[in-house]
Amino acid sequence: MNSGYAVPAVVLVVVATVLVGAFGLRVSRTTSDFYVASRTVGPRLNAAAISGEYLSAASFLGIAGLVLVQGPDMLWYPVGYTAGYLVLLLFVAAPLRRSGAYTLPDFAEARLASPAVRRLAGAFVVGVGWLYLLPQLQGAGLTLTVLTGAPGTLGAVVVAVVVVATVAAGGMRSITFVQAFQYWLKLTALLVPALFLVLAWQGDGAPRHAFEEPPAFREQRTVRFDGTLDLRLVGPLTVTVHGRVDGRTLDGGRARLPAGVHRVESGTRLTFGPGARVPESVHGPDAGTLATVREERPLYATYGLILATFLGTMGLPHVVVRYYTSPHGVAARRTTVAVLGLVGAFYLLPPVYGALGRLYTPELALTSDADAAVLLLPDRMIGGVGGDLLGALVAGGAFAAFLSTASGLTMAVAGVLTQDVLPARGVRHFRLGALLAMAVPLAACAVVGGLPVADAVGLAFAVSASSFCPLLVLGIWWRRLTPPGAAAGMLVGGGSALLAVAATMAGYPGTGPLHTLLAWPAPWSVPLGFVTMVLVSLATPGRTPARTAAVLARFHLPEQLRAEVKG
Amino acid sequence: MTPDPAERRVVVTGPPHRARRAPGPSRPRTEIDEQTTLGHTYVRSLMRSQLRAALGVFAVLVLLVGPLPLVFAAAPDARRLRWAVLGFCLYAPLVLLARWYVRRAERNERDFVRLVEDR
Repeated sequence: MNSGYAVPAVVLVVVATVLVGAFGLRVSRTTSDFYVASRTVGPRLNAAAISGEYLSAASFLGIAGLVLVQGPDMLWYPVGYTAGYLVLLLFVAAPLRRSGAYTLPDFAEARLASPAVRRLAGAFVVGVGWLYLLPQLQGAGLTLTVLTGAPGTLGAVVVAVVVVATVAAGGMRSITFVQAFQYWLKLTALLVPALFLVLAWQGDGAPRHAFEEPPAFREQRTVRFDGTLDLRLVGPLTVTVHGRVDGRTLDGGRARLPAGVHRVESGTRLTFGPGARVPESVHGPDAGTLATVREERPLYATYGLILATFLGTMGLPHVVVRYYTSPHGVAARRTTVAVLGLVGAFYLLPPVYGALGRLYTPELALTSDADAAVLLLPDRMIGGVGGDLLGALVAGGAFAAFLSTASGLTMAVAGVLTQDVLPARGVRHFRLGALLAMAVPLAACAVVGGLPVADAVGLAFAVSASSFCPLLVLGIWWRRLTPPGAAAGMLVGGGSALLAVAATMAGYPGTGPLHTLLAWPAPWSVPLGFVTMVLVSLATPGRTPARTAAVLARFHLPEQLRAEVKG
Repeated sequence: MTPDPAERRVVVTGPPHRARRAPGPSRPRTEIDEQTTLGHTYVRSLMRSQLRAALGVFAVLVLLVGPLPLVFAAAPDARRLRWAVLGFCLYAPLVLLARWYVRRAERNERDFVRLVEDR
């Protein structure tokens, strides 16, 4: 891909982000401004900011990549990401705003008056935040590698530096502007190329086999394999081989491979003829363990994904923080409806890229770069200067996605680190917190690798759904919740989900039922969290916080009554 | 962002809230303010009506989305249906459900305010 336009586009996005952030800095005067924009952000600006923050690398690149590799079932991801906001609206939005909590630990302390539960919630915020930051950084690395051939860590470092600088300099107010700006940037960056791509597809005779299984090559295409992997062929296939296949070395010779599994070794180039079906990669570097499970038990995996995304959204640390900036509970609800509209409109686009990717870049399914489909399509389908310009627009949008989500998460994690871990409070320590919040996932980025970004984000949702969803829902609607119950529920539900996720990310080997359960923890860990929280609370009735009734009244009473309650 | 040494802490006072409150110990609003058992009953009734609204919409969501994976599994050849439903058709119903809930929740709150303000 020609990087002549893409690199300036990325630079432009980065500079614009810093500039809009700096504009916010001039407005950001007091500590309250710094953290929560003095709670004066209207529903429209806040909804665009929430959406801008929420649409991450997983949404921008990951969904199209997964759809390309694994087909339309992966569209459950965007549906879940959107529906998560509906569940949040139903059970959490207005009471959470009225609780006055800035972060999840604040909520835990306000509801349960227990510093221990607060610290535990803080630990989970940091855990979920880091889990979620990791794929953002990896996505940035991938994008820059695809655009320029730069080493994989460079993009991650660029995003990390810009985010820490923006967050540390401007805080929330500037972030609100930055996020709102980036929602519209991301929408444009995906919408405009999509229109041209659909036109190009029309001009191509509107081929429809993208919707069939499996995808096939439309024209002769050479694929280079950077890692050794196994390909499964449904029928015999004739390819031109440069390298080693099944232990035989061929240099430009044609080989007829029978149906079955074939091993392609690292460095091999295979040339597929037009009309050839795209083989499935069996243990590809990107197929990962989640894909294997999906093949074995598709229904369980789908329900696992639905549970994690529907219930996990409410517990994402960067989402919760945004609610505090609404002026009141009613505005928080209306903001959420606007978010549903904005996010839903955005998610109409990734399926288009996924479908076109199956038609025009099917070879990406064989390599570890499926996430790059969105970036490569304009060049592949349109080409020339137009293709380069559209590709540059997409690349800029992708960077906007990494920057916005990463800055929201950094903001949230840094808030927790500053308030609960670092010794003193204040803006200077907040800056140190921001640095720490980014340093750990950046380091992990160099060590861990492999999962597609949408899957990696899905794991963060699973942990959030098992720990914070029970805490928020029971905390808001159930009077008999006690601090020991909340702590036990978060530890058992969230802790077990976290362990399962860690095992999956570490590449825990094997197949079978246990492996399935670990790869998709939500169907068992969410009920486990709820049941533990309820049972332990019922077993410790004496520990119900004394002010529960007053706190719940504050969560649920409309604001016009509440002013008097406090007085 | 270091504080200006010239800045001083200023205590801002407003009109005392309690002075504005109408007399009469039996009014619901007073009951809520003073955290009496009766006041708690009022808050509970609001929570119940809000929870009922939320659970109602949630049930519709579950009925809408829950059976879909089963339907898709039962009809593995309906690939275009999957693309259409998952890719494009679910977002509008989600927004409509959200608007429906917000209308119900705000109506509950208005009713409650009318009740306790005794109007």
